[in-house]
Amino acid sequence: MSETDPRLRKMFEAVAQAIIAHADELTELDSAIGDGDHGHNMTRGMQAVLGELDALVAKPWNEALKAAGMQLVMKVGGASGPLYGTLFMTLGKSLDTPPTRDGLAAALHAAIEAVMARGKASAGQKTMLDVLVPVSEAVSAGRSSAEVAEVARKACAATKEMLATKGRASFLGERSVGHIDPGARSSQIMIETIAEQLGDAK
Amino acid sequence: MSNVGIVIVSHSPLVAEGTADMVRQMVGDEVPLAWCGGDPDGGLGTSVEAILAAIDRAWSEAGVAMLVDLGGAETNSEMAVEMLPDARSGKVVVCNAPIVEGAVVAATEASGGASLQEVRRTAEELSAL
Repeated sequence: MSETDPRLRKMFEAVAQAIIAHADELTELDSAIGDGDHGHNMTRGMQAVLGELDALVAKPWNEALKAAGMQLVMKVGGASGPLYGTLFMTLGKSLDTPPTRDGLAAALHAAIEAVMARGKASAGQKTMLDVLVPVSEAVSAGRSSAEVAEVARKACAATKEMLATKGRASFLGERSVGHIDPGARSSQIMIETIAEQLGDAK
Repeated sequence: MSNVGIVIVSHSPLVAEGTADMVRQMVGDEVPLAWCGGDPDGGLGTSVEAILAAIDRAWSEAGVAMLVDLGGAETNSEMAVEMLPDARSGKVVVCNAPIVEGAVVAATEASGGASLQEVRRTAEELSAL
């Protein structure tokens, strides 16, 4: 099968491997304020993406992202499946092929709106959105990949002192404070990996 | 069957099956009923694939009312409903009701031939108590 763009395979492999490499950390974060399955669930989803990699990279970017999103929806097994699945599928629906910097900013914005609708959540509730929203703003503002990665790192660290008002962690009330949100961390790992892969590409 | 169908989605297959047992014993066989529970590896969690299959098993032209437990069960159920063919997705609702009581009350309402909206409203009245 022919590959439409060699960057696509590298991107999917890098993101999947980064999540799988941090599975224990994600599970540990989730054990503190959730139900302790985030690392395991995301690993299962990313392994499904890797299992389909040859078929995925034969597609154009937008179709590949949609197909990867569908793998996450079907295989993750927790709320993060539909949330990350919706993120990837909407990115696929909205992104130009081949992707452009301006197109990426608009697609990211659309994808995050879709995640908000899926999770009935907004920024400030100690979720993945607390990383994705500032990242989207940084991309729209034309920041470099390294700057976007730094925004993601800071945003993830900032979830530690936040009070959870959405998701399982919200059941803990004040006890959710003092722990980094696992979904914010998995989002940050993905953003950092994508930023590294993109480098200064336009 | 012309009665509204009931689908039960729990993180735990034991909870889902036990809830379905209660519905069968308390309400009888007049409503199409299906359940699913557990993630794709059989651990605690929910699976969109299994939810889609359960909707199919409980399918009724009158529609399907879903009773779900926490968080991911709700998100995965809403995702599954959106993935249904257009002819079906408008006829499936996720009820905002406690899973066990909601399933029994919804099935009781459905067994009398109530519409999907009536079944949903009756189940959701439990959440307002």
